[in-house]
Amino acid sequence: MAFLAKVRNNPIFISALIPLGAMVVALLIGAVMLLFLRAHPLQAYAALIGGALGDVSGLTQSAVKATPLLLVGLGIVIAFRASVINIGGEGQIIAGALLGTWFALTFRTWPGWLLIPATLLAGFFAGMVWGFIPGILKARLSVNEILSTVMMNAIALQLMNYLLRGPMIDPAGIKAGTYLAQSERLPEQVWLPRLVPQTLLHSGAILAIVLAVVVYIFLWRTTIGYRLRAVGLNPDAARYAGIRVPFYQALSLTLAGGFAGLAGVVEVIGVQHRLLQGITSGYGFSGIVAALFGGLHPIGAIPAAYLFGALLVGADKMQRAVQVPSALVDTLLGLIVLFVVGSQLLSRRQAARRAVETTESDKTA
Amino acid sequence: MTDIFRLPVVIGILFSAIRLATPYLYATIGEMFAQRSGVLNLGVDGIMLVGAYAAFFVVLNTGNLWLGLLAAVVVGLLMGLLMAFISVTLQAEQGISGIGLYMFGLGLSSLLFKVTIGTVKTVSGFPPLKIPWLGDIPVIGQILFQHSLPVYGAFLLVPLAWWVLEKTTWGLKIKAVGQNPAAADSLGVSVIGVRYLCVCLGAVLAGIAGASLSIALTNLFQENLTAGLGFIAVALVYFGGWRPLGILAGTLLFSSVNALQLWMQVLGVKIPSDVAVMLPYILTIAVLAVMVNRARQPAALNKPFERGEG
Repeated sequence: MAFLAKVRNNPIFISALIPLGAMVVALLIGAVMLLFLRAHPLQAYAALIGGALGDVSGLTQSAVKATPLLLVGLGIVIAFRASVINIGGEGQIIAGALLGTWFALTFRTWPGWLLIPATLLAGFFAGMVWGFIPGILKARLSVNEILSTVMMNAIALQLMNYLLRGPMIDPAGIKAGTYLAQSERLPEQVWLPRLVPQTLLHSGAILAIVLAVVVYIFLWRTTIGYRLRAVGLNPDAARYAGIRVPFYQALSLTLAGGFAGLAGVVEVIGVQHRLLQGITSGYGFSGIVAALFGGLHPIGAIPAAYLFGALLVGADKMQRAVQVPSALVDTLLGLIVLFVVGSQLLSRRQAARRAVETTESDKTA
Repeated sequence: MTDIFRLPVVIGILFSAIRLATPYLYATIGEMFAQRSGVLNLGVDGIMLVGAYAAFFVVLNTGNLWLGLLAAVVVGLLMGLLMAFISVTLQAEQGISGIGLYMFGLGLSSLLFKVTIGTVKTVSGFPPLKIPWLGDIPVIGQILFQHSLPVYGAFLLVPLAWWVLEKTTWGLKIKAVGQNPAAADSLGVSVIGVRYLCVCLGAVLAGIAGASLSIALTNLFQENLTAGLGFIAVALVYFGGWRPLGILAGTLLFSSVNALQLWMQVLGVKIPSDVAVMLPYILTIAVLAVMVNRARQPAALNKPFERGEG
């Protein structure tokens, strides 16, 4: 887990420079790929940037995509700060979306002011359960969390497929004979209020930003958060200091799951207004990118999530403008992750050299 | 329900179990080598996807199955070199590097599929090859000896991997590097070299695993063809306790449950198929929880090596 320690200990400017450098290199490689695809790189990137940030529609859509990325990313920050690798974002999103949908449909007579928070809590809770299982397995039985979270992803996906084709299928779809694997449309009072009229931007974006601040306070201003970070920095030292390491590892996974679950339910009541297959859109993985890009800091995750939200929106626009599949951007996201983790060694060497230089100049002085 | 116990059905289930084990075996044995040398490669699924795409694309355009397999080997090797460079040379956190590699492979294979193929097409993949004499044995011959070449290859890989690991100097070096890289280094074993070799070998096998899906089992390619199969392969390495025979047992258990569930669907047994599909995953978690096989885990797994760090 040395890498995570490296990210944490970097001075702010380096932790901002490395991701940006990684992005530039990835975009350059993307430009070469665009040439191979017989598209003009500048034209394609102009379509991407213009589509994502050029008008109100693009700007708000980017924020809509950034919301689940930020929520998942916050959970990833908590987990990685405790040196727990959470690959289970996809499953936790599904768990949150499932229980949230069920809750909103079951209590559809409740007024909105009560139903919205209750539904959000239901999603948060389901995600927590989905994170708690690998958490407790790691704490009690030392089951590797990478494996158990991967398994939990598969289980959640199959569970959703089953429920959406069976017990939770939209009765309208049965009546029309289409049998689409999606849930009934949610009652309107549970839809998250729109922030900007005529756009998709919903109040979930505000919630995500508020929660980023809450996570910051939790990690840096509370005892539990302090212990959680101590476990991540040096589990042995934490153990000698009397901190129950397994408890905090399980806690971090549970909280990470909760935030991903929240992302799932927000996506349901904020954007889709029903549960459908593909609800995760890969946010469980791209949320990891946002968290890493934000230097594993909850506040840093805000611009990072917006950046990647904009990239995803721009990718769709680029696909329409220059007929380059949006999968190009997915490819670049993967490269960015590789470059960001790969460049940590260089920055560490640089930091070490700087430390040596400082001590030497101290001697001469 | 009684249907399921009839002989032809039992033969069908066991035949499917053997067949379905193929991609898992290639990917898992490959990942075992990487992990025994101390590198957790979580990007297997991404490598499988580009391997599956490359093999399918070549076969679609040339009709030559062996050329397709070669293409999968080559792209697997390239992906392996990328992973090794990031995680071994640059000493990056292996779990996250693997996720990056997975996202890269998923994106790249989707991109190339959309640009070069577009719609789901099929090819004629490796045909079933009945082994003379053995294939004629009733029941056993039907289950074991009427498969396509990649299936036989996967099962031959298991004893081969065991032999390399337990009976050769190379195996000794791999295990030493995974167990105590500093000691191996002081004895003149190139830790970096062994890890590069193992990661690349694992990636080549993952590429072949992908090809076995696209040009032997399903004979088609679509976006995200593997659907997370590569992640299961990583889990099966733990499941099998980092030993080829354990991996064989785990893979067969997994593929048998899968085959059973497929046949229950075919026979219309009243268990929702999606619930049945969950069984292997729940089973894997349960086995991981029950078996305390941490003791056999390579000591240096997931730890980048740098000379002079002690």
